[in-house]
Parts: sequence; C-alpha cells; structure tokens
Amino acid sequence: MVQAVDTGSITAGAVQSRRALRRTGTRWVLLFVVPAVALYALLVLLPILVTAFNSFFLWDGTTRREFAGLGNYQTVLDGDRGTAFLPALRNNTVFFLLTLVVEVLPALLLAGLLNNIRRGRRLFQTLYALPFLISPIVVGYIWLLLLDSNFGPVSSFMRAVGWDSLAQPWLAQPSTALPTAVVASAWMSIGAPVLIFGAALGSVPDEILEAAKLDGAGAWRRFVSVQLSYLRPAITIIIVLDFIGCFKVLDLVYALGGGSNGGPAGALDTIGLLFYRTAFVEVDNAVGKSGAVAVLMFLLIFGGALIVQRLLRRWEREA
Amino acid sequence: MTGSQQVALRLRGRISTTSVYLVLTVAAAFSVAPLLLVAIGSFRATSEIHQSPAGLPTGLSLDNYVTAWQDASMSTYFVNSAIVTVSAVLLCLTVSTMAAYAFSRFSFPLQTALIALTVAGVVIPARVGLLPLFNIFKSMGLIDSLPALAVLYAAEAVPFSILLLMTFFHVVPDELFEAARLDGANEGRVFWSVVLPQMRPSLAVVAIFQFAPIWNDFFYPLVFLRDTEKYTLPVGLTSFFGQFSTDLGVLFAGLMLALTPVVILFVFLTKQIVSGLTAGMGK
Repeated sequence: MVQAVDTGSITAGAVQSRRALRRTGTRWVLLFVVPAVALYALLVLLPILVTAFNSFFLWDGTTRREFAGLGNYQTVLDGDRGTAFLPALRNNTVFFLLTLVVEVLPALLLAGLLNNIRRGRRLFQTLYALPFLISPIVVGYIWLLLLDSNFGPVSSFMRAVGWDSLAQPWLAQPSTALPTAVVASAWMSIGAPVLIFGAALGSVPDEILEAAKLDGAGAWRRFVSVQLSYLRPAITIIIVLDFIGCFKVLDLVYALGGGSNGGPAGALDTIGLLFYRTAFVEVDNAVGKSGAVAVLMFLLIFGGALIVQRLLRRWEREA
Repeated sequence: MTGSQQVALRLRGRISTTSVYLVLTVAAAFSVAPLLLVAIGSFRATSEIHQSPAGLPTGLSLDNYVTAWQDASMSTYFVNSAIVTVSAVLLCLTVSTMAAYAFSRFSFPLQTALIALTVAGVVIPARVGLLPLFNIFKSMGLIDSLPALAVLYAAEAVPFSILLLMTFFHVVPDELFEAARLDGANEGRVFWSVVLPQMRPSLAVVAIFQFAPIWNDFFYPLVFLRDTEKYTLPVGLTSFFGQFSTDLGVLFAGLMLALTPVVILFVFLTKQIVSGLTAGMGK
C-alpha cells in the first residue's frame, strides 16, 4: 500500500505543537496507549528481534543447536550451496530500476498531461487507478491468463493482426519473464504516482506559471524551472515507496511464476520468495537460514530506503 | 500579431490538445482493457474462449460464476476473507485512534520515543518476523485460526494508522476538546462523545486504506492457514487455479469474484482514497 505521508515532519510536528498538550493521569495514558503499542511491539517488533537472534545459531527443526556466528549468512550468500540470494537480489534490483522507467516516468508524464486539460481529469485519474486496489495475486493470475501463448487474448490478437513474433510465451521465457512482470506491476500500481504527482502539480501557484509564460518560457522550460521544484518531495516519496515495494515483492511473482520456485530458470525469483522457501519449503536449518535471509532483507529495505531518502533529500534542498 | 499567425497558433493549440487526449486515452485503454477481457471471458464458455480468445460472449451465461462460487468453494473463501478483514480493521481502528489521540493531545513521559518507535514501523518490513510468529502460533494451536490472523493484521497496520490519524488530529481545533473538559467530562467521555464523532470522516479514510491490503494479502494466509476450509480469497485462488487450470471461463469468473469488491470500493470512494493518498502533499 502506498503511504504518501512524510514521517519525519509528522513526528517533528507532534513534538513541536506542545501548546495544546495536557498532562493527564497515568491511568488514561496507559488505557489509550498500551493496547496499540502492545499489539505492535509483541506481534511485529519482538518477532523481528527474535528472528535476528535466531539467525546466529544452527537449528534442527525448532531445536537450537550451536552458535554459528555469521555462518548462516555465509551459507545464504554462497551461491554454490543452494540458496539463490545474489540472483534474487539482482532480480529485485532490476525490478526496481525498470519500475522507475516503466511506471514512475509514465506516471509523471500522465500527471503532467492531466494538469493541462480541463475536462475529464477525474475520469482519467479513476481509470488509471482502477487496478490499484486489486490484490497482486489476482493481478498476477490476470496477466498469466491474458499472456498465455496458446489461449490468451494477447497472443491471438497479435496473430490476427499478423505480428506473430509478438505472440510469445512472455512469462515462460527466462529472458522476457522479469520485464513482463514489471509491466504487470506497473499496470497495477501506476494510479498512485499519477495521483500523487497530480496533487503536487496542483500546488504550483498559477501566478508563477503565468509569469514564466509571459517571460516566454515554453512548456518544457516551465516544467524544468518551475514545476520540478514543487515535484521534488513527491518524487522522493514515490521513489522510496517503490524501492520498498520492489524489494518486498512476493505475491505478484508467486502468481506469475507459478509458485514459490521463481519462474522459468529462476528469472522471477526474489528475496521475498527465497525467504518463504528457506523458512517453509526447505527443512534443513530453516530457522537459521531463513533468519539470515530475513535480516539481510530487513537491512536492504530499511537501510536502502534511508539511503535513497537521504540522497533525494539532498537533491530536494538544492532546489 | 497578424491574422495568419493567430490562426496558426490556434491550430497548433488544437492539435496539441488532441494529442494530449490521445495519449491519455491510450493509457486509459491499457489500464482498463485487461479488466474488460477478464470480465468478458467470465461470461463465455471455455470451449468458446479456446476457439477465439478475444471474442465477445454469445449470451449472458452465469454458468462460470455458479461453478466458481459453489464447486470451487469461492463462497467459503469469500466469507473467510470478509470475517478476517472486517474484524482486523475494527480492532486496528479502535486501538490506533486511542493511541493517536493520546500521542497528539496528551503529554507524558517517553512520549516522543514512543511516537518515533511506532512511526518507524511504517518503513519496517514486518514480515521479517514471520517464522518465530509461526512457531509461537503453532505451539498455541492458532494455525487455521481466523481470529488470530485478524489480530496479526491489526497489529501490523497499527503504525500506518496511527501516523495517518495523527495528521488528522492535528487539524481538529483544541477549543472543541477544552469545552468538553470544562464541562467536567473525563478523558474517556471526551474521547467517546467529542473526538470520535468529530473524526468520523478521517476514520473512514483510514478504514479504506486498511481494508484493501488486508483483503488482498496472500503471504500470511499462505503461512498461517492450512485447512482449505479456512482459506481466504487470495490463497484460495492458488488452489482454485490448480484445480480448474484448464477451465478458462471458470478461472475468469473466479478472478472477477475476487476483484469486484475492491473495484466497487474504489469507484465509490475515489474521493476519500485520493485525499488519503495525497495527504501531506500540495495544497
């Protein structure tokens, strides 16, 4: 799910606006705060800490054996011993980079075009966002059926118009499976960035655009020197969210690749699928190995998102 | 400016407007076409689809839906999904609203740290702790328990809900709460009869944003539900696809059953969804 909220400024805001805060009896504070915090701490934070702890031991089923140091991490990262962490990491990275090209850029273009029309804007926005709430597993199956090389409508259409070379088993070939999955993912989620870019473009004061127009700036010039500076926070949020989404992707590739094995020749394997396999499919040292995969995934997503945000913030300030 | 220049300029304007609409329409067709193909396919017999995969239905046959709903247990999955999603959203909304209210209106020790800790949860990939959770649930006999699954979803949705609700609490005028307090109402009373009614529209936005991801989730049911009678829609679909893999028409109907609730939700609540998505952006 997309969360277009600036976490930093909200925590800061909560602390700054002391004006209205009341000292209240401990009783009330406990009653209001404890249920939510306890749920979150017990069922989200604690299991993550336990996972990290477990990853440093060897396991026999659920029985803890000797301390392994970083042994599990070595096993996971060493491709020869059966885990495909590095190929999966490569797929996640390609997924993210292609998403920038296939989803984020077109979303920016569409939002820009929508900003220039008077009639039908809301209708177009609704149509683009229509697939947004559909489950990734459903999206995966939809595309699986549509792209079926024998009975899928896409192939039959391509053959009918004589483009036989485009009637391929797109999802069954190692070379085309990943880009095809990115297209399906972009189809599903393009609505969110279109709406978020649209809101940011709508916040550009008309007077500034008018002034630029009077100065003789064309549409491109106006975009680069006026609108882009208003878009920077939105671009930051979308890229960070895409980063998180692309490194977490699991259900879409599960459906498109026909299970948790990662599609044709592992072309659709991701760290998420690998985590599932090490935890629940492969039995040998499952707790230790999947713990290591989970910690690496955590570091990638949390650390990566922080780094991406840091870099983009610097770029924002340059505006 | 001469007359001919003006005409040329106007013509250029019209051509560019047309091309803008052309691009927008092509993109819209790309968004809608797959859904239309699924919808059309769901009314056609499988043999028809095999003959002409992109053809139109010959009649409005509901056979595929009947098969999917009854023979393929989509009805069971549907009900299970509804139970889990509704109870998770209600639980999460209750605890998150209370916490968000306390975070933004009270003042107490460790407040800043607690807020930071909770809000950090928005970027933490919660699923990392899955295996310890699974083992605890297993030892407590909570595998295949729909209530346990709902509590898990509620816990996972707490950070984002609190974050969103805090942004909404910030814009409620203080005077409203103060007036109630001067009347001698205690905190519980203020919350129940002043805060909650005031927050109703915001609660709706948060509820929508929780509903869809929980309704759609695949990973937790895949791990925590083993009995097919307990399956929710997304994981039920995987067994459905195995079972009916050759029956395209039924598959399309099953997909329609799974996606219709969220598409309806979206069409009716576009305004709220847009405002939630763009909270904190722009004007």
